[in-house]
Amino acid sequence: MIVLDNISKTFDDGASWAVNGVSLTVAEDETLVLLGSSGCGKTTTLKMINRLVEPSDGSITVDGRGILEQNVIDLRRSIGYVFQGIGLLPHLTVRDNVAISLRLLGKPARERRERADALLEMMDLAPGEYGGQFPAQLSGGQQQRVGVARALAADPTYLLMDEPFGALDALTRDMLQQELLKLKRRIRKTIIFVTHDIFEALTLADRIAVMHAGRIEQVGSPDDILREPATEFVRDLFGKPARQLKLMQTDA
Amino acid sequence: MEFLEYIAAQRTALLTKTTQHLVLTGVSAASAMLIGVPLGILITRWKASRGFVLGLAGVVQTVPSVAMLALLMLPLGLGAKPAVAALVLYALLPIVVNTHTGLNGIDRDILEAADGLGFTRAQRLWMVELPLASPVIIAGIRTSTVITVGIATLSALIGAGGLGDYIFRGLSTGNNQSIILGVLAASAMALLLGGAIGGIEKGIKRRLHQP
Repeated sequence: MIVLDNISKTFDDGASWAVNGVSLTVAEDETLVLLGSSGCGKTTTLKMINRLVEPSDGSITVDGRGILEQNVIDLRRSIGYVFQGIGLLPHLTVRDNVAISLRLLGKPARERRERADALLEMMDLAPGEYGGQFPAQLSGGQQQRVGVARALAADPTYLLMDEPFGALDALTRDMLQQELLKLKRRIRKTIIFVTHDIFEALTLADRIAVMHAGRIEQVGSPDDILREPATEFVRDLFGKPARQLKLMQTDA
Repeated sequence: MEFLEYIAAQRTALLTKTTQHLVLTGVSAASAMLIGVPLGILITRWKASRGFVLGLAGVVQTVPSVAMLALLMLPLGLGAKPAVAALVLYALLPIVVNTHTGLNGIDRDILEAADGLGFTRAQRLWMVELPLASPVIIAGIRTSTVITVGIATLSALIGAGGLGDYIFRGLSTGNNQSIILGVLAASAMALLLGGAIGGIEKGIKRRLHQP
């Protein structure tokens, strides 16, 4: 379980707040989607969980332990992270990229290789074909699959995903979303997924937390939010695509 | 024809002086690398030191080589010691600057991913930053080495030997062949060393899959 208790972040000594009093509880095996437009503080919120950004105020616990009381390196190694910019190491092969966290944990080469190949297989990348290639030789979609495999390598309980499919074309994005859903059913993970894409949020989420201007507007299941938007902002956010759709239909 | 005969007559001496020149260059470039790369890392990590280190290395670069040799001769005496000291000082700047440039030019996404995956600072430096910056760092080492071969000819003036002996002896005795031999040999060495290090640079780039 991950608990965010009234966390805030200011980058300019309190003149403005990137995140302003966010409280959230993410249950075991749940996928919580942080949904909001760019600059709303969703990525900052995510980064505070593995201390890539330190909160200015408030506390975060992972498995009941305050993250500030843990060694930051151990904390990060215990949480899987899929980055918006993918961030594969260009000088390592795909296989070595997937196994990098196992290498940091000092696992033997044989174990690293077997685990990496199993994960590549799971992400639909034939290890024999792709394992020895370098990231630059892969397409964007394939690179992000490697990014997901890498995050899963040390079998973390928690997975943080920062707009992982944001830079991909619509078809690839759709495919990876479906694969993530399948993956979720196979391996039970607690996932916090950041996106600005309403449809992605509705597809993947058990619960959605809508963020706006550093605050949480509403938390609830996709159904709840669609049926009973709590604020004007949420109503507008989910209403817009519906209106656009209607407009296109009348045009046709 | 006469020149070829001169070279043939100089065979043994040429070999000795070329070796001297190579040792002077090698020791100086290697020392500059051992000092320059850590300095480049330092000014990238600790930004407050950047102005001072780059400023100092820049000032050193503006001191005329002959003046530098004379200056270093005062505490270090004649011979190879002051020569190597001067060469190291000149070779430092390109290596420091390129190490800094190389480390600074690494994609932020890659560094953030390394942090997020739980690399320690040292692991990130050795496993990510230095390998990715290595082509730029090696380009700096190549520049330094080529400069060093040239400046090393001046160390003949303070009795450190090397190919400069041919040039300065030729100048003082009016022996043009001697001057030309010194210049040709030094230029050839600069070209060969530059080419060899450039080859290493290309090889590493290919391994890193950079354009």
